Amino acid sequence: MSLLDFLAILQGAGATVGLSLSGIALGVPLGLALALARWGRVPIVAPIVATYVSVMRATPAVTLALLIFFALPNAGIEMDPVPTAILTLTLNTAAFNCEIWRAALLDFPRDQFDASVAFGMGSRLRFLRIILPQIARGCLPALVNEMSLLIKASPAVAVLGIVDATRAAVRVGAETYRPLPPLLVALVIYAIIVAVFIVAQRSFERNRSAAAASPAPLAATA
Amino acid sequence: MIRGFAITWAHRDQMLDGLINTVWLSLSAAALAFALGCALAAALMSRARPMAISARYLVDTMRCVPFLLFAYLVYYGLPSFGIRFTSWMAGLVALTLYNAAYMAELLRAAWTALPRELIEAGHAFGFAGFSLFRRIVLPPVILAAIPMIGNQLIQIIKDSAFLTIITVPELTHQASSIQATYFVPFAAFVTAVLLYWGLCMVVEAAVAGVGRMAEARR
Repeated sequence: MSLLDFLAILQGAGATVGLSLSGIALGVPLGLALALARWGRVPIVAPIVATYVSVMRATPAVTLALLIFFALPNAGIEMDPVPTAILTLTLNTAAFNCEIWRAALLDFPRDQFDASVAFGMGSRLRFLRIILPQIARGCLPALVNEMSLLIKASPAVAVLGIVDATRAAVRVGAETYRPLPPLLVALVIYAIIVAVFIVAQRSFERNRSAAAASPAPLAATA
Repeated sequence: MIRGFAITWAHRDQMLDGLINTVWLSLSAAALAFALGCALAAALMSRARPMAISARYLVDTMRCVPFLLFAYLVYYGLPSFGIRFTSWMAGLVALTLYNAAYMAELLRAAWTALPRELIEAGHAFGFAGFSLFRRIVLPPVILAAIPMIGNQLIQIIKDSAFLTIITVPELTHQASSIQATYFVPFAAFVTAVLLYWGLCMVVEAAVAGVGRMAEARR
């Protein structure tokens, strides 16, 4: 395996990270929107979201990618592999994120909700200032866990012809007739990517608990 | 679209083959992974440090790797060591080894939550080593882990779809081949998705049923 082969796998890893991050950036807010629709019991939308989540939870990413890639042109929508891949990963992760957000919303303390109503906050302000900051912190570990699951599902985009880290490694293996070294390089790369997510989450949590340990500024005024 | 579903229906035997392959692969992989996971969980909880640490490394590595990459390692990598599998066997081996790590991790989690008294009582009754593990530790751990094992089974079913890439004739592969022959992508893949959905519903119902049974026995 030459340096060039190594760089090819690294380039594939770039695609893996780029596609996964796009999926995360779109899927986390979309999941929140879906969760809010279910939480608020929006008529018609809520049951559709519930069905969507149930189906998505059962659908393999490979099957979803193939469905989107081959079926959308039939409906007159032509899509390149890269947007298709991002759409696949987004739709997949949004369903799981929806469940994470929804669990946090259902767990949100009723008294805080009532207090914000008593202070005359509108639903928008209440959500942005009271609910979202708290559930976002609470959801973080579960969201990061889902992000690492998304990274592990991302090789599914190989069926669309995209060269991600896994596909790049297999290609190098096929060209050099020695499949093991490139696959092990890819393995290490994935381990590093997942580890980065976990370390980022841990340091965020540490900062948070450090902030919680310092005295709250409000207490001084009493 | 109706035509697409009619064609898919006409080739229902092919779809059914795929479904049976998916179910058969997933169930055997789950059973084997569970057995292996029990052993790995015991190694993780072992008081022999080198054993616990090497098991921890094994499990953590597995949990960082995407399943497809691991399947490639088994299918393309193992022949370097003179171990050759058919694609079906490679799929089964990959699914089993990969998920054994996840099974071990969730059994370990249930095990750590086990009350200390139970094990001490077991010791007092003269249980030790393997008999302690089999008679005292394992039953409550399995009962507590049933919902997670069910989730893992769903994950196994989903992972098995990756095996289409190494040409295992499972459900997604069969849907792909029908779509490639007759160009009915929507009908073929939607049928596959609905079948996966149905499978997961069955798993969930089974988990709920077993959970109720476990509750009644307690």
